[in-house]
Amino acid sequence: MTEKKTSLSRRNFLRNAGVTAGTLVATSTLPSFNAVLFAAVKRNTKGPWYGIAIDIEKCIGCGTCAKTCKIENNVPQEPFFFRSWVEQYTIRKDGSLKVESPNGGIDGFTQSVPADQIEKTFFVPKMCNHCAKSPCVQVCPVGATYETEEGIVLVDEKYCIGCKYCIQACPYGCRYFHPDKHVADKCTLCFHRIKKGLNPACMDNCPTKARISGDLNDPESAISKFIRTKNVYVLKPHLNTGSKLYYNALNQEVR
Amino acid sequence: MPLHLKRLLLTGVVIVSLFLLLKHALTPDSFGQYGHYRGNSMGEIAALPIHFTGNKSCESCHDTIVTMKNEGYHSDLACEGCHGAGYLHIKNPKTEKLIKPNSREFCGKCHSINPARPEKAITQQNIKDHHPEDKCVKCHNPHQP
Amino acid sequence: MNPEFEHLYQALSKVDGFIYPNEIELSWSILIVLYPFITGLVAGAFILASLERVFNVKSLRPTYVIALLTSFAFLLVATMPLIFHLGQPLRAWEIMMTPHLTSAMAIFGFVYLWYLMIVLLLEIWFDYRYDLVLWARESTGVKKWLYKALALGSDDISPKSVKLDQKLGYIVTVIGIPSAFLLHGYVGFIFGSIKANPWWSTVMMPIIFLFSAMVSGIALVMLLFIIINKVRKQKIDMLCLDTIAKYLFYIIIIDFTMESLDQIHRFYEAEESFEIIQLLISGHLNFTLLVMQVGIGMFLPLTTLGILQFYKPAEKVRQLLYFITGVLVLIGIFFMRWNVVIGGQLFSKSFLGFTSFKLSLIGPEGFLMASIWLIVPFFILAFLLWLFPPWKKTEMEH
Repeated sequence: MTEKKTSLSRRNFLRNAGVTAGTLVATSTLPSFNAVLFAAVKRNTKGPWYGIAIDIEKCIGCGTCAKTCKIENNVPQEPFFFRSWVEQYTIRKDGSLKVESPNGGIDGFTQSVPADQIEKTFFVPKMCNHCAKSPCVQVCPVGATYETEEGIVLVDEKYCIGCKYCIQACPYGCRYFHPDKHVADKCTLCFHRIKKGLNPACMDNCPTKARISGDLNDPESAISKFIRTKNVYVLKPHLNTGSKLYYNALNQEVR
Repeated sequence: MPLHLKRLLLTGVVIVSLFLLLKHALTPDSFGQYGHYRGNSMGEIAALPIHFTGNKSCESCHDTIVTMKNEGYHSDLACEGCHGAGYLHIKNPKTEKLIKPNSREFCGKCHSINPARPEKAITQQNIKDHHPEDKCVKCHNPHQP
Repeated sequence: MNPEFEHLYQALSKVDGFIYPNEIELSWSILIVLYPFITGLVAGAFILASLERVFNVKSLRPTYVIALLTSFAFLLVATMPLIFHLGQPLRAWEIMMTPHLTSAMAIFGFVYLWYLMIVLLLEIWFDYRYDLVLWARESTGVKKWLYKALALGSDDISPKSVKLDQKLGYIVTVIGIPSAFLLHGYVGFIFGSIKANPWWSTVMMPIIFLFSAMVSGIALVMLLFIIINKVRKQKIDMLCLDTIAKYLFYIIIIDFTMESLDQIHRFYEAEESFEIIQLLISGHLNFTLLVMQVGIGMFLPLTTLGILQFYKPAEKVRQLLYFITGVLVLIGIFFMRWNVVIGGQLFSKSFLGFTSFKLSLIGPEGFLMASIWLIVPFFILAFLLWLFPPWKKTEMEH
């Protein structure tokens, strides 16, 4: 009886080992699976492949990023046009959710929900996700918005016809219609700074260094380490936009 | 083939050739250089001027203050985060002055109590109760708080 | 405060819940409501014309040319709201010169041109060529030269070439039916393919657009048929009118089924966006959707036409009922477009709140401008009817 059981379990072990080994051999030829990066498969480019990481645990909601962005990129000051903004999420003790972003957070936040009702509250800075499978690039009818080799989504303001289809297609509300230029406008990840060897202005000016950007192709870059070591998440992953804006400690309430 | 059909075909050929000619003439030169977009547009965006010039550009004149800041709690802060973009000031330091924000509200944007602010990340103070009659900078040097 | 942004500050004060800060202003306004409405009329009217020719519904014969010319008149205007809503109208040509092939909108330019140049123009031309030659012979002055130019200077009306015209015209019509489906199915796809927007993103969208297009196009031709005959003081061919109404009835049933299926599916699946869409329907769209689109535009016509299938009152009464029904259907379909285009932008893509929309009276995106784009096609049609009077055409066997 015992002997039989042993041989049976030995056979099971051998079979299982065989299956495991086979699977390992088969999958080792495939690129390793990473649930987050799966959305934005790395591109085989010679140069860098840019991504962004924001640490919610470090964001203090001062709005410096949003304010800086408007100045650096000549974004109209009126509170309807943002390349970068901050939202505050507040989950009340009764389970209801309040989200606010007065003037994109530029003037700072004042706590609007009494402290004793708050279950949990946090800030979420938002900006263009520079998606690897950008819905906005997909729908542009003329090729006025495009993704550079480095994975940065840009708008050609001399070629955009202003049909606003891209604004409709962006699931994150990151595009706006420029009131003076009459074309679509969005975050360029400060392309003009990156090309001069500088960081995006919002990242340079962030007082708590809650946001970084960098090369996803380089395993030693700060952003690659950030993604590796933290529990990161992208916005609306079910839409498969290939978002390259990774949040640490993102709550599922955030949309 | 009857005459009218020949002429119809000819009209079609003329329209299509006109279209191709227009397409050739109107497509920008750098279009399609890298992808389905105007290649030159990347250069145009890259050439835009920068506004925030960075701490290094401040250091060359205000080295003592920058050093003081770098030794204190505000060491991580960018000068222009509070003082505004310096691109005009570095060209004409005499005429183009930067701002020196010193209101309680300004400090409060980071330091007023807000449950959403991670306690570990930032020192917070109730700015309504904490010496409400004085400016923060009366006691706290922003460069060495 | 800059007066340019006054309406935005007003909208900001009316925001309900949370929206992304860039979402205060609607990107697409009344002009983009008109665009699917007008293209729908084009496709619908054409499909009615092809019913006669391809599917051999003889009683519809008197509407054939009217339907074709209506389709043509509206097609000429169809792109105008599109071009005028652009931020850079002078760059509109780029969509033809460097079309981005992954964009539904870019392909629309070609679908449109194909439809205009290959299908409609050719079909009308083959149908009219015999008469153009005759009219060129009879007329004098400018008109003579115009007809002659349109006949491409050919004087050939031998039975052989006329027969060839008929044959080619038939082929074009056969190609035209899938093209009409394509044209309007495509307009539906422009909305249906936006995965960011759950109110638009449904595979049913092209099909719903197609059938609602047929509904509106048939209703319009029915109305025009009554009006043209009244203006010309002719007796209305009641067999023809009853037949149009019968087809209108059938297509409304299909359209109603499709739209209901879409909504039932949406409600039963009740995905992430369910709550906000429920609020949208019961709140911001309750009048335009429940009253105008479903009540006025669907239930009333469906009931009236349904009763008229079994009970036939006097001709005068029927004419009046058909006329009213046609108007109601057109209003209903207009609001269907409204609910899709405007409704889809009222709620935030964060699904946490609403912005508001107020139609302005003046300005390029205002009510008056929109009315102009709706009226112009009728003037074009009147001109076409004057230049190519269908009642002076030689009757030919299709």
